[in-house]
Amino acid sequence: MNPFSSGTRLRDMIRAIRACKTAAEERAVVRKESAAIRASINENDQDYRHRNLAKLMFIHMLGYPTHFGQMECLKLIASAGFPEKRIGYLGLMLLLDERQEVLMLVTNSLKQDLNHSNQYIVGLALCALGNICSAEMARDLAPEVERLLQFRDPNIRKKWAFPRSVPDLMGVDVSGDWNKRTNQLWNTVILASLWALWLERNNRIFDGVEGDKCTEGLVKTLKDVVNSPYSPEYDIAGITDPFLHIRLLKLLRVLGQGDADSSDCMNDILAQVATKTESNKNAGNAILYECVETIMSIEDNGGLRVLAINILGRFLSNRDNNIRYVALNMLMKAITVDAQAVQRHRATILECVKDSDASIRKRALELVYLLVNESNVKPLTKELIDYLEVSDQEFKGDLTAKICSIVAKFSLEKIWYIDQMLKVLTEAGNFVKDEVWHALIVVISNASDLHGYTVRALYRAFQTSEQESLVRVAVWCIGEYGDMLVNNVGMLDVEDPITVTESDAVDVVEIAIKRHTSDFTTKAMAFIAMLKLSSRFPSCSERIKDIIVQYKGNLVLELQQRSLEFNSIIAKHQNIRSALVERMPVLDEATFMGRRAGSMPATVSTSTTTSINIPNGVSKPSAAPLVDLLDLSSDDTPAVPSSTGGGGADFLQDLLGVDLSPAPNQPGMKPALQNGTDVLLDLLSIGDPPAQSSLSTSDILSSVQDNKLPVAPLDGLLSPSAPATPVIDLLDGFAVKPPTPENNGSAFPSIVAFESSLLKLLFNFSKPPGNPQTTLIQATFTNLSSDSFTDFIFQAAVPKFLQLHLDPASGNTLPASGNGSITQSLKVTNSQHGKKSLVMRIKIAFKMNNKDVLEEGQINNFPRGL
Amino acid sequence: MGIRFILMVNKQGQTRLAQYYEYLTIEERRALEGEIVRKCLARTEQQCSFVEHRNYKIVYRRYASLFFLVGVDNDENELAILEFIHLLVETMDRHFGNVCELDIMFHLEKAHFMLEEMVMNGCIVETSKSNILAPIQLMDKAS
Repeated sequence: MNPFSSGTRLRDMIRAIRACKTAAEERAVVRKESAAIRASINENDQDYRHRNLAKLMFIHMLGYPTHFGQMECLKLIASAGFPEKRIGYLGLMLLLDERQEVLMLVTNSLKQDLNHSNQYIVGLALCALGNICSAEMARDLAPEVERLLQFRDPNIRKKWAFPRSVPDLMGVDVSGDWNKRTNQLWNTVILASLWALWLERNNRIFDGVEGDKCTEGLVKTLKDVVNSPYSPEYDIAGITDPFLHIRLLKLLRVLGQGDADSSDCMNDILAQVATKTESNKNAGNAILYECVETIMSIEDNGGLRVLAINILGRFLSNRDNNIRYVALNMLMKAITVDAQAVQRHRATILECVKDSDASIRKRALELVYLLVNESNVKPLTKELIDYLEVSDQEFKGDLTAKICSIVAKFSLEKIWYIDQMLKVLTEAGNFVKDEVWHALIVVISNASDLHGYTVRALYRAFQTSEQESLVRVAVWCIGEYGDMLVNNVGMLDVEDPITVTESDAVDVVEIAIKRHTSDFTTKAMAFIAMLKLSSRFPSCSERIKDIIVQYKGNLVLELQQRSLEFNSIIAKHQNIRSALVERMPVLDEATFMGRRAGSMPATVSTSTTTSINIPNGVSKPSAAPLVDLLDLSSDDTPAVPSSTGGGGADFLQDLLGVDLSPAPNQPGMKPALQNGTDVLLDLLSIGDPPAQSSLSTSDILSSVQDNKLPVAPLDGLLSPSAPATPVIDLLDGFAVKPPTPENNGSAFPSIVAFESSLLKLLFNFSKPPGNPQTTLIQATFTNLSSDSFTDFIFQAAVPKFLQLHLDPASGNTLPASGNGSITQSLKVTNSQHGKKSLVMRIKIAFKMNNKDVLEEGQINNFPRGL
Repeated sequence: MGIRFILMVNKQGQTRLAQYYEYLTIEERRALEGEIVRKCLARTEQQCSFVEHRNYKIVYRRYASLFFLVGVDNDENELAILEFIHLLVETMDRHFGNVCELDIMFHLEKAHFMLEEMVMNGCIVETSKSNILAPIQLMDKAS
């Protein structure tokens, strides 16, 4: 029975599969067939075994599991008939691979077949060995393979040469003397096989060749091949076996690399191939291409290189896209050898960047990237950016990345860098990666003489482009340098004069907030910019407040929070606002670059590493409050799980001072909010953070959700008209009467500086007129226990920037249950007044029932402005 | 190893022959074939025959309704692979007489036998049509 013609049912199956209209139908047919084959396998049905396997191969090709048929392959291989063996081996190679243990079972059959008297069966076994041989099999079967080397049959010769696990096999066969120098066994094997192939084809005897004569022999063989007369069997487009040409050229390349003698030896034949090969057909071009690669790889020979570059030049101007593609490919390799020669083709290569074919564009772009140097970077960048305007959407991503990389690599002058980046952002800002525009902001921040120029350029660009990252950079710069925009500070000669009013600047930020395409990060940045502008442009303050307040009910919690908090800052904290929103300190370029490089692999940064690396932390004294505002990762906040990962995200967090992890309105966002709250608490120094943050918005939200209340009350709950809610308390801690630093005493509310189960300490503040640095504190101690205290001593310590003077206490006995008190006056002088607030560590020692008691604590809830 | 896989795919993107010279799981293969076929079939006649995908370079050529796709290493000679595809088609033509999709579908094993003669473990080992076809003709005669 013949398995190849008996398959009526195989035909039926293929027809049924062809008739399937949908993937679901196909799956159904395949499932049915697979079930039938399994049943047939279980019955151990010999007559249908080959047919089953043929079907399985088809099913396997369609991408369905066929593992249950693996044993059938082994059974077929073990059978006596050639047709069964044939299909069995085919199944073996298709359905199995060298990783499967079933393969071990076939070793014995292979051994028998390698010793078979029929050369076709030997060929089958060798072929299978070549394709799926595992290391174990190679070891077991090496003696058989070695013995087969004695065969003169070309069919077997060509097959023994390509076993899969070469080193294992070669350990025992002819490797010894063959080209010790390169010691590349695999190449040796191919070499041997090709040589063998060629020699056999010409009825010459092949019995191994001396190692030193490798190159010579190969050169001779190549010469023979090149000059061979027409042979119809191997002829392709007038060339005898171009595949053999190519393989031999490849081998010469291996031999010639780093070996001047060998390279010398092959010069003539390479020159002959390079000049004589017909280049009007694909086959000839394939040989030329290979020849050029060999010339480029072997040791230097000026004449040959010129020849090769000329061939590439011809290729590059060819109309055939395939030829141009390989030319670009080859020029990439040639650039390391002879950059000057490649530069000559720059114009043509640049044209290829604009080709309609994506493959060619990609190659050309990579080549251009390599071609850029100090002297041509400006015109090349200009060309690329000009092309950015008209290029396909799908190509813009690649192109943008390359331009940004070039611009960053060769940033000659800052103004040029900024100009180019702005152009890229305007054209393709949506394709710019986060770290790129972060880097741009760092550069802008460092170029203090260009702040005005940059912000004006961004203002102009904003009018014409809606690209997301352009908007972000523009909004950031307007927030920081808005006053320069309006006052035309730092005008450069190249600029056109521009008149921007304060309200124009606010317009831009408002557009960024309101534009529905703006994403959450952009809006968050715009909020910060608004807050900054409200201080820079007092006349727009009301308008900004109106804009910000519109977001108090925003569904994105982060925006809602910012809206409420910023609104509160604008409305109630006029006195500290200008200090809060001072210009960002100059971002540290080195730290940023270092972090970008360093943080690539590690996506989650720990609390310690972030706090060390924060560029904002480079605190100029004047910017101290700002640093607080931005320094999210100060010691008392928990580590920020950076969900977006990478340095860019960290940087952004630093920049904005909050965790901008996406989708904050999901229930699981509590940590992010907590961070934001903490920052604000730090910022405003209200109350003691732990107590307050437990009342943070997320808790309110979750409690609302827990109680299954409808969401509607939420709005009322959060609106300013319900001042009793904790959200408002958060900010209203001390701000009932807006204080100013010049006010004296009564302007500062009293605080409970310390409270324990035993005693309570109250501070009253007053300021001597005309001396804002000094604060007079009246400390009042009250006994909360039922026993009286004796030997009462109060001690206090302050950091260096403060000076503390303690007056004697009013007494040293404190009666029980609050029936009386001790008072003591303190005078604190704050040398950093307006920048840092008071902080104090206290120790209270006394005797209760004749036992020593010690109470300690730290006071950091002093009102701001002391 | 130069050739990593050889695929024959029809105009609708259905695989008609798949030969891999490296191990991929069924899921990986399905995904890879899907991606490559989508990429190649979307290209026009004027565009070049090479597509870079993952770490492969795909050299493809279209014959009527059938696409021949060969995945190769990045340093393989693309033009030679193009020539190899043509040789494969000519060989099939000689055997089937103007080969078409159905010939390959219904004689899948023969197509594989030819490939087996021409390529071994990713290397081209035989380029003579009569040498390639000799064992198949021998078998046909015997049956």
